[in-house]
Amino acid sequence: MPMFLKLFLFLLSPFAIGVILGIDRKLTAYLQSRIGPPIFQPFYDLFKLLGKESKTSDYWLSFCAYVYLCGAITCAFLFFLQADLLLIFFVQAVGSIFLVLGAFSVSSPFSQIGGQRELFQIIAYEPLLIAVIVGIYLVTGSFEISSIYKLNYPLLAKLPLLFLILTFALTIKLRKSPFDISASHHAHQEIVRGVFTEYSGSYLAIVELAHWFELVFILGLISLFWANSFFMSTILVFLTYFLEIIVDNITSRLTWRFMLKNAWSVGIILALINLIWLYKG
Amino acid sequence: MKFIKRLLLTGIKKSPWLLHFDCGSCNGCDIETLAVLTPVYDAERFGVINVGNPKHADIFLVTGTVNRKNQEILNNLYLQIPEPKVILAVGTCALSGGIFAEAPNVIGGVDKIIPVDIYIPGCPPKPEAILEGVLKSVELLEDKVKNGKI
Repeated sequence: MPMFLKLFLFLLSPFAIGVILGIDRKLTAYLQSRIGPPIFQPFYDLFKLLGKESKTSDYWLSFCAYVYLCGAITCAFLFFLQADLLLIFFVQAVGSIFLVLGAFSVSSPFSQIGGQRELFQIIAYEPLLIAVIVGIYLVTGSFEISSIYKLNYPLLAKLPLLFLILTFALTIKLRKSPFDISASHHAHQEIVRGVFTEYSGSYLAIVELAHWFELVFILGLISLFWANSFFMSTILVFLTYFLEIIVDNITSRLTWRFMLKNAWSVGIILALINLIWLYKG
Repeated sequence: MKFIKRLLLTGIKKSPWLLHFDCGSCNGCDIETLAVLTPVYDAERFGVINVGNPKHADIFLVTGTVNRKNQEILNNLYLQIPEPKVILAVGTCALSGGIFAEAPNVIGGVDKIIPVDIYIPGCPPKPEAILEGVLKSVELLEDKVKNGKI
């Protein structure tokens, strides 16, 4: 792929994520027999937040919001450059830790609880993502994304269980039910808005935009599982996201204990089965 | 610059987030307010989200009378909402104190404490009336952005 095409796709990716999130809200509304907001609603929310006054109670909060955005953008950019998967993963981890640090820098109890739960979510999905990356390494013999594009068969054929685990991690990363514990829209009395409680105005917009870039990385990781055909990888991403929306609508919020127990026991056992099968086969 | 201003205007027009505060109401107005968010009226088709956080809100919807105990909370919430913001008083009690106006602990309507932009009368007002009030407040928000209040 030529360089300018990669750059163009990178610039286009946040718009694609915005539209996907808009379709998500529309579909959720349809499942609840409502009409729902317009498809471009996430963009309207973002523009509005950028124009609002920012009431931050600590300068660390604004700093952390910027670092989170920088981490997420770098991670998405490295992904489009087809760089090292491990490097991309660590950059992404730095970004998401700074979101939690920002939430911890203020004394609001809702922000603190949200931050702690977000840490639990990070603990739950990081081993899963590492397992997926190790699986990819065992198949291609390299951590470079470009080596996946050289394969003439889809990764899904070799890593079916690791793909399941990746969708598990996607649910946690998207903060969707049953794992919407750190920043739920609906838990007003419990956590208000969790980690996002103290981010307001343009800083909330920055955090939201950073979340979009993180989604670029995770959905990109899913598209790698059928990398040899552009058409099939798009279908795979949309199908996975559609399943995510269904799961979001049919499940309720569960505790962090349930999440950690399942992510680690089921996730790591499935990952080990797949890795041993790859190693022996 | 003009383009950015237009983007911000579209944003504020299409995404009014609402903070609902029960300031000592009998729950009649609150039930009608929450009915606006149900599938029958579906306020989310206008981009309205019921947020629980004053720092994310654009519209402040208050029901019920103000008394000496909760006037500070009302004022705090008002101060925490970032500009531009619109304040909506819903129901007779929020307008004037209603039948509780003469009670010794009651101060009166919401406008005794914070400036109110839109009044919605009724005991309780119909969900249609509340929805209309919310849409009116969107126009007000737009005016505030146009007049450079951001």
